[in-house]
Amino acid sequence: MEMISQAAHAASWVLIVAGSFFLVAGALGMLRMPDVYTRMHAASVIDTLGATLLILGLAIQAGFTLVTLKLFFVLALLFFFGPVASHALAQAALYAGVEPILDEDRRNRTVPGDTANKDATPESPGKSTPTRPT
Amino acid sequence: MRTLFLAASLLAFWLALSGHYTLFLIGVGILATVLCVAAASRMHILDEEGQPTELLLSAPSYWFWLYIEIAKSAWAVTRVILHPSLPISPTFTKVRASQQTAAGQATYANSITLTPGTITTGVDGDIFTVHALLKDGADDVEAGAMDARVSKFEGTA
Repeated sequence: MEMISQAAHAASWVLIVAGSFFLVAGALGMLRMPDVYTRMHAASVIDTLGATLLILGLAIQAGFTLVTLKLFFVLALLFFFGPVASHALAQAALYAGVEPILDEDRRNRTVPGDTANKDATPESPGKSTPTRPT
Repeated sequence: MRTLFLAASLLAFWLALSGHYTLFLIGVGILATVLCVAAASRMHILDEEGQPTELLLSAPSYWFWLYIEIAKSAWAVTRVILHPSLPISPTFTKVRASQQTAAGQATYANSITLTPGTITTGVDGDIFTVHALLKDGADDVEAGAMDARVSKFEGTA
């Protein structure tokens, strides 16, 4: 019994430390990235892999209790509302006219089965402005 | 059917969060459940878009698959962040979503956003605009493996 609880303790600390590593990496990425869009990519490391590892570690600490169930509710909340918030932020930035720093702009590439944008004219990379849906 | 499912899951959620099983608290929980279900019903969101119960059975295997993808991309993005020269190649692209239902399209768009390194920035009909941190990430989305997996998940409904 003592052995098992020791092993669970060790496993939970490994998970918590690994999760914290991805939180710090994500935060460092947010500082290093050049513009709002690339910063969001760095932040998504935090609320996916970092949050999962951290919550798994905490769940092992809490054992089979209601606290563990609530921790998984928090995780589910992050996974369902996170992309909604990211999408809203990215689209708001585009509408506000924040130009993304781009290596390559393939927004005018032809997609199989695309009828909405058939007569789109190619623009110079990084210069095209997003069009509002009418 | 959807109404019953929503009521049962809301009540279960109440009981799990409460942790106190007295007559009063369970009674208030039932009242809150009835009020929420009545509101959802009045808003006409108890349909296959707002309450996609058909997808529940195939959801665990999809989530497992998605999680592996998320972990792989998170690791790739972390390596880029920690790389001294920050080798990013931001790319904007667009892809076509092959899903037939609104719930399927939402699942695909959200899965792209959840995967570190790619964000769905716009949806116009079945055309998604995707911003990728790396050119490789944009290539992967264009290749359409995730699109096919979401369509398979949706098709099992």
